[in-house]
Amino acid sequence: MKDMVEIRWHGRGGQGAKTAALLLADVAFQTGKYVQGFPEYGPERMGAPITAYNRISPEQIRVHSNIYEPDYVVVVDESLLETVHVTEGLKKEGAVVVNTAKSKEEIQKHLQGYEGKLYTIDAKKVSMEALGRYFPNTPMLAAIVKISGVMDEDTFMREMESSFKHKFASKPEVIDGNMKALKMALQEVQ
Amino acid sequence: MGKRDRLSGNEAVAVAMRQINPDVMPAFPITPSTEIPQYFSSFVANGQVDTEFIPVESEHSAMSAAIGAEAAGARTLTATSSCGLALMWEELYVAASNRLPIALALVNRALSGPININCDHSDSMGARDAGWIQIYAENNQEAYDNFIQAYPIAENPDVRLPIMICQDGFITSHGVENIELMEDEQVRAFVGDYAPEHFLLNSKESMAVGPYATTHYYMEAKKQHAQAMVNAKQAVLDVAKEFEKVTGRSYGLFEAYRLEDADYAMVLIGSAAGTAKDAVDELRDKGVKAGLLKIRLFRPFPAQEIANALAHVKAMAIMDRAESLSSQGGPLGSEVMAALYRARSQALAVNYIYGLGGRDMRVEHAEEVFEQLRQIADAGEVTDAYRYLGLRE
Amino acid sequence: MDLHKVNNTCRWQDLTEGMQIYEGGTSAQFPTGEWTAVKPEFIEDKCKQCLLCVPVCPDSAIPVKDEKRGAFDYDHCKGCGICVKACPCDAIKMEGVN
Repeated sequence: MKDMVEIRWHGRGGQGAKTAALLLADVAFQTGKYVQGFPEYGPERMGAPITAYNRISPEQIRVHSNIYEPDYVVVVDESLLETVHVTEGLKKEGAVVVNTAKSKEEIQKHLQGYEGKLYTIDAKKVSMEALGRYFPNTPMLAAIVKISGVMDEDTFMREMESSFKHKFASKPEVIDGNMKALKMALQEVQ
Repeated sequence: MGKRDRLSGNEAVAVAMRQINPDVMPAFPITPSTEIPQYFSSFVANGQVDTEFIPVESEHSAMSAAIGAEAAGARTLTATSSCGLALMWEELYVAASNRLPIALALVNRALSGPININCDHSDSMGARDAGWIQIYAENNQEAYDNFIQAYPIAENPDVRLPIMICQDGFITSHGVENIELMEDEQVRAFVGDYAPEHFLLNSKESMAVGPYATTHYYMEAKKQHAQAMVNAKQAVLDVAKEFEKVTGRSYGLFEAYRLEDADYAMVLIGSAAGTAKDAVDELRDKGVKAGLLKIRLFRPFPAQEIANALAHVKAMAIMDRAESLSSQGGPLGSEVMAALYRARSQALAVNYIYGLGGRDMRVEHAEEVFEQLRQIADAGEVTDAYRYLGLRE
Repeated sequence: MDLHKVNNTCRWQDLTEGMQIYEGGTSAQFPTGEWTAVKPEFIEDKCKQCLLCVPVCPDSAIPVKDEKRGAFDYDHCKGCGICVKACPCDAIKMEGVN
């Protein structure tokens, strides 16, 4: 399946990495793609490292294993770089995006010699500015959509807005903040 | 017509349950099937179904309540996994021998121990001799479709047996995938109303369910139950045919994938079949005649049909996601090998244990198995018929 | 229902599904009174018709008509002797029970 895009998410329990993976599956589905969004389950609880996955393809997806050679890796919590080999198996032609306020040079040191592209985004800054609270998953979702190009930005924003409207029907004030976070993230990722 | 959606396997089964709108659902939550009663109880709370939802205090109670409700004449279902199914053990036999067509959504999870929450088939394989029909799914679509077909099979007058609709814990139950849903009215028309001939709440006829059977009766009662299981095979095929007319999706006793001219075949159950299909395609591109047979119906076991479909292969790997601890392999291995013997098959066969406790099976693993099959076929003999796949050793 | 569908000579094909019984009170048709060698004896002269024996009988083998008990239904009495113990008037006797 040469046109399939595989994404691996690294986060900590409670940060919404699984939710972000499911949201990505959701919006990609809306663009007519075949999708998979699934977490890897263990005894983890709040704060423990967790992994979630996405497959996005123009054709039906049959494989049901975890992803070992992803095209993209999303690191929702930079402290994971110390303990988890986040770029393991990551394709050279792919990229890793890390949530951090640090410089690329500094992050690169922790990537165990990964030769592909590195992107960074300060999801905390974005989230605090847009939402007033720290929810890293929304900015990280926008970042990976931009980097991977699994869909164009306009479609992404449109689908996310309709998804938020559905999800937060009873709290419309949350929708604007989340949309702002997405918009900012699309600009901030570098 | 159908509606495209993306749902996890648990959501998909819960939607099927909502569309069926059963009379009674007693349930007790257990990972990884918890979401099914969770979603369903929200349907109850929202008034989307008029089901009596009974939050019981254990799985033993869940199956007991299901037996009582079904005997009373109510269309009844429940959901569970692993140790939850184990706690239902005694009641599983009662439900089956009393010929009560209860539907059970089983989300397969390893049965202790060591304690583990991830997927293998040890729970349902342990219950394989309880007299329930067992149907397995590769993905969310199949889990949904199988559940829609459950009652028309189970309630067939020639069958009247409880039915277990199985899917792989976490792998499909918690994975979101594309799915095509039927319209609510389509499901209602397909499943129809439940009108049992005899039921306890019938004011016009007194009835006793589950009488004691002395030695004079017991064997005849068992033989009758066994015959119902024999009859179930045709019911599964008939219902699949009707289902295809409505949805265009075709089902059988098993799925033969590129098997017709295959030299090497893999026989397996559940979500790993999708992974193995990718391996088959890759090998076919390289000129290797690989194929696979994915079991859908495990109880009753379509032995002759399976043996016929595999008759021409040079070597096959029978893949068990459960240990029998018999020192000989797994349950599927025993069943398929017995089928081959009865059919006087000359094919070489090995039995692999894989994927226990959620151990991932990758495309590479499937390719490794096919490579082993090539070596076995070249050597013309099997030296070790009981193997493990993906084991550290 | 036709009880010939559930008896110990019929073939498996002729049994009801799951051995279900589609009629009430069918136990009356089985002479379980054969299961004992000793039987209680009713001494009508001593009986005050208090009816204390009736509800304690596990086999409903003491028929009541017009508020009076009648003779034992020996087709269903299994000779447990509980009625002997319940009778305050010594109006029931049975071998081995005092």
